[in-house]
Order: sequence, then structure tokens, then C-alpha cells
Amino acid sequence: MDLAYTPQEEEFRTELREWLARVLPGLPERPDPLDWPGRRAYDTTWQRMLYDAGYADLQREATPTQHLIFLEETERAGAPYVGANFVGLLHAGPTIAAEGTPEQQERWLPPILRGDEVWCQGFSEPEAGSDLASLRTKAVRDGDHYVVTGSKIWTSHAEVADWCELLVRTTPVTPDTPKHKGITWLAMPMDAPGITVRPLRTLAGSTEFAEMFLDEVRVPVANRVGAENDGWRVTMVTLSFERGTAFVGEVVACRRTLAEVAREARTNGTWDDPAVRRQLGRLNAEFMTLWRLTQWNVSEAQKTGGVPGVGGSVFKLRYSHARQELYDTAAEVLGPDAFDLDHDWTLDRLSSLSYTIAAGTSQIQQNIVAERILGLPKGR
Amino acid sequence: MDFQLTADQRALRQGVRDLLARRFDREALRAAVDAGGELDRDLWRALGEAGFFALRLPEAEGGVGLGLPEAVLLFEEAGRALLPGPLIDTHLAAGEVKGAAEGEVVVTAPYGHFVEHLGDADVIVRADKDALNGAMKVRSVDPLTPLTRLSRRTPYPYPPEAVLLTAAEQVGTAARTLDLAVQHACERVQFGQPVGGFQAVKHLCAQMLVRVETARTAVYAAAVTGTAVERAAAKLLADEAAVRNARDCLQVCGGMGFTWEADVHLHLKRAWVRAGRGPSKAEAEEELAAALLGDPA
Repeated sequence: MDLAYTPQEEEFRTELREWLARVLPGLPERPDPLDWPGRRAYDTTWQRMLYDAGYADLQREATPTQHLIFLEETERAGAPYVGANFVGLLHAGPTIAAEGTPEQQERWLPPILRGDEVWCQGFSEPEAGSDLASLRTKAVRDGDHYVVTGSKIWTSHAEVADWCELLVRTTPVTPDTPKHKGITWLAMPMDAPGITVRPLRTLAGSTEFAEMFLDEVRVPVANRVGAENDGWRVTMVTLSFERGTAFVGEVVACRRTLAEVAREARTNGTWDDPAVRRQLGRLNAEFMTLWRLTQWNVSEAQKTGGVPGVGGSVFKLRYSHARQELYDTAAEVLGPDAFDLDHDWTLDRLSSLSYTIAAGTSQIQQNIVAERILGLPKGR
Repeated sequence: MDFQLTADQRALRQGVRDLLARRFDREALRAAVDAGGELDRDLWRALGEAGFFALRLPEAEGGVGLGLPEAVLLFEEAGRALLPGPLIDTHLAAGEVKGAAEGEVVVTAPYGHFVEHLGDADVIVRADKDALNGAMKVRSVDPLTPLTRLSRRTPYPYPPEAVLLTAAEQVGTAARTLDLAVQHACERVQFGQPVGGFQAVKHLCAQMLVRVETARTAVYAAAVTGTAVERAAAKLLADEAAVRNARDCLQVCGGMGFTWEADVHLHLKRAWVRAGRGPSKAEAEEELAAALLGDPA
């Protein structure tokens, strides 16, 4: 067990720090959160800078530890987030890299890495959330096209995306065809006729999500990744192995916020309340350990090539809860300011409410942990 | 960075687990309960021969020459097995008190208002001459840990390394009670299915695992870095993991969990006693809070 970084890892960190210090001052002003084309331009400009500097494809070109260092340092330096490039870089891209043909990889991967093309994710449906495999958006073969009809929800960045990684049903569910077996993975061009995108306003007032309605959208069969009806497996290949790096930047940011909350408490006098102090101390133990758990998972990925997704479930259960506690505590420290939406922590408190729901609710995560790690029987 | 067990560390952990399975099986555990926690001197010597006490003593002094990361693995196993005795005090006394390293003598020391296993101890350390004046044996809540109550709180602080090794024992209890809960949930059938098939039970068990993994990581990290603030985090999370997991295990086991026959109460009571060693929960939280105002990580 060793928490020290190797000389090579430290060298990677130093070079990255120098590069960040050089380029970050040249970035344009951050766009308004509601200006979607502006946000796309900003996020893709950043991705292009990463590409030109050789930092665009760390997922494949760097070790998990270097990837951890990259995420840690960019967060510390206040660099932009992955933003609109999230799906392309972290899900659609890795899926194409793992399951696509050489032609598909050649067509789609370089534009993702250069920041030329933005992807969105069409997985969840109004009637298929936690039970994703029950999705009903239908694709019917017509010559060398699929004709797709249905609706998707929680599609982030849909307004500005060029491509959508879409899960569709190609074989109806029957007693002989279980729901997981009739699903196909398609790359849908977002400029195809028949696509309607409607922004979905969250309780935080933001509109990063959208609903997407598909009315006989024609998608070339050549855009199918993996075999017909094999889309569930194709999707899970990427979801089931991760490098433990999913929340690196967020944990670094939470630790910084926690220290800021403590300083604010000291300034405004709430520090004198032992209950507040002790809660802050508890959260320090929590986030310090979540950082160590990240290092543990990354070290495991370094050795084995990946952390089973179930290890990620353990982390997500603890982290999503801790994040909500952090912003509840921040509100306690803020007092009257906690009701002011112009205070960052108030908005962050609202968005923290999604963490125990998005990407698998805490209840689904607990089922996964209980059945796949602990071996408890499936049941009700 | 390589924050994973090395092959040697994994072998060490397995070796201790095998030794304890051989020398301190369930029959021996229940015999120790019946004997009121009285120590088995043959077992104590066997632990000494296996290097349990001399682990961190330099090789030049006849020790094994390993460090805290290895020691926490050992004490996690001791906690898992509910091994009785002042293991930590004897381990810390190796090289200081003659015979401690070899398991020839039993060394204990007061902490707070108590001293453990006074009747079995050959040597008492961190104690003034009059420390035991007016001390009274109490009917210990933990059948495996005889407790003597001092007439006044000891002025000696609990050593930092002992805080960490206690946290390692707590991780052992947290992990073992999870195993016991899962085993029961897979075997016990009600309403026509193993109770582990019910989500209400599954979710209790899943949260137990989250506590084990989190507390274990905190303990290992504190062992590697040796910093006071990480030690406080380890203490806080390990005490909580041990006590809450033992409680949840009891709940999953239902009526059986409330019997003397089931082992879960031994873990819960031991976890309560261990949580009383070293800084209190409030003190650990205050230390962690104060650290936030220093270097902002």
C-alpha cells in the first residue's frame, strides 16, 4: 500500500500544471448557463485545446493514475468541465471504441476527441427509468434504414448535439424474448427529419436536460454498433468497467467547498455552535475518505484494467449522500443567504438533490451491491 | 501511486486468518466466553511465535520489521475473530517489556476510566504506582473483556498507534457482522423465500458493505500516511461501521440475533467497549473540524 506518486506521475503533473497556467488565462469568458450554443462553443473550444496539447484521449492513452492526476489538477486550476462533450468522451466514444467496426471508429472517434462533434444520450424513456430495459422506442427495418418512433427523456445537451447514442427496441418482448434481448444501439444524426427536442426544466431552474420525440426518424443500418438485438450488452460493456475516475473532480471540488464553508462559519459566528463544528468535522472525515477510496479504486484499475461497476456503486452510494449533507450543512452555516438563489451554494444544494437519483437511484444501487457483490438472492 | 495490498500483505493477512481459524475457532471462542474472557496462555504464546506482537520490532531486535500498514491487517483479522486480550498494549510493549514480543507475558494499560484484563496481566504500563488504588472490577458488558474501573481517570493519553489499531479491530467486526448477516439472509426462509430476497433486508446489507469499504479505506490510509487527522477520520468511521453493522446484523438475524447463542452480541458489545478507547466521537470530530481551517487540502 503506497500513496506516493512515482517520479513519472509527478512529471506528468508538473507538465500539466505548467500547461494549465499558460492556457487558462486565454480562455474566453464563461457563457451564460442558459445560452446553449454559447456553452457548446465554449466546451468544444476547451476540448480542442486539450486535443492540441495531447490531453484529449487520456481514457485510452494514459494510465488510470495519470487520468486521476489530470482530473485533480484541472479541477484545482479551475479549468472548464467536460460539459457538452460528456457523452461523447465518456460513454458513446468508449462504446464505439470497444464495439464499433474500424470504419465506425474512424468516422466518429476523431471528431469527438477534437471537439468537432457533440453527442447526447437517448436511453431513458418516460416509462423506462430504473427499469431501463423495458424501453419501448421502436425501430423497424426498411431496406438499409431503421425507422424509429418513440420518446426519450433526460437527454442532456440534446439541443446542441450532432449525434445521439440511441437505444431502440428491434424485437418486441414476448415470453421467448426477454426485454434485454430485443434492444439495439444506434448512432442517430440529430439533424434527421422527425426529431423534436423540448427542454426540460429541473427544480433548480436549469435546462440541461431535454425530452426528445422521434417520429419515423430514418437511421442508416450502417450506424448500428454491434449486432441487432445485442444493444444491451454493447451498452453495458462500457458501463460495467470503469477506471474509478468518475467523481475525481467532484470530490476535489467538494473538499474545497467544505473548507470554504468552515471558513464562512468561522467568519459569521456559526462556528461557535459545537453541533455545526462537529458536523463539519464529520464531513471532513467523509470527503477525506472518499478521496482515499478514489485512489484505492484507481490503483485497482491500474492493476486489473478496470474496477467492476459494482465497486463504483459502493462509492456512488456514499458520495451522493455525503454531497447532499455537505450542502445542507452549508445552508445551515449560511443562514438567511441560504434562501438566495444568487448564492452558489444555494443552487448547488438544489442540484445535489439529483445525485441519489441520476445514473441509478440509491435504491437500485443497493440492489446491485446486494445481489452482485454480496450474493443475496434476487427477489422483491 | 499503488494504494492496494501488495502480494506480501495479502499473504500476511491470509496467514493470520488461517492461524486464527486453527487456533481460535468458534468452539474456542465460546469457551473463552464461558471463561469470562480469561486468556489462553498457549494461544498467547502461539500469537507471539507467529510474530503478532513483534511485527513492527526491527529485525535487528528480533522482530519482523514490518510497519503500521501490516499491523492494521493483523488487527483487522483479530477483530474479525473476536480474539480476546490486551493485544494492542502487548503489541505496543514489544521491545519495551521483556517477554512481550514473544507472547511470554501479557501487558495491559489503563485508558480513560478502565483497564482491561487486569487479572490476566503480568505487567501494567502507562500507570503510576497508585493508579489502581480504589480500582473495582465491574460486571463487564462485554463477556470477552474483563473491565476494572479506576477511581480516577488515567492522566496518560491513549497512544496514537493504539487508536489506529483499535480502528482496525473495529473494521474486522464491521466486516464479520456483514458476513453473518448475509449468511443468515441467504439461509433463513420466510414467506416462501430467503429473507435476503426482500429489498428491505438487501438494503440493510448493502449499507453495511458501504460502511466496511469506507472505514477500511480510512484505516489503511491512516496507516500509510500516519497523520493525526486521517487517524481521527479512521477512528470516527471505524467505530460507526462496527457499532452500526453489529446493530444491523442483529436486526437482519431477527429473534435469533437476540439470543446468547448467536455471536452477533459479542461483536456489538466488543465494538461498544473498543469505541470507548482513545478520543471520544466529539473529540475526533472537533479535531477534524479544526483541520479544515488549516491547510485546505
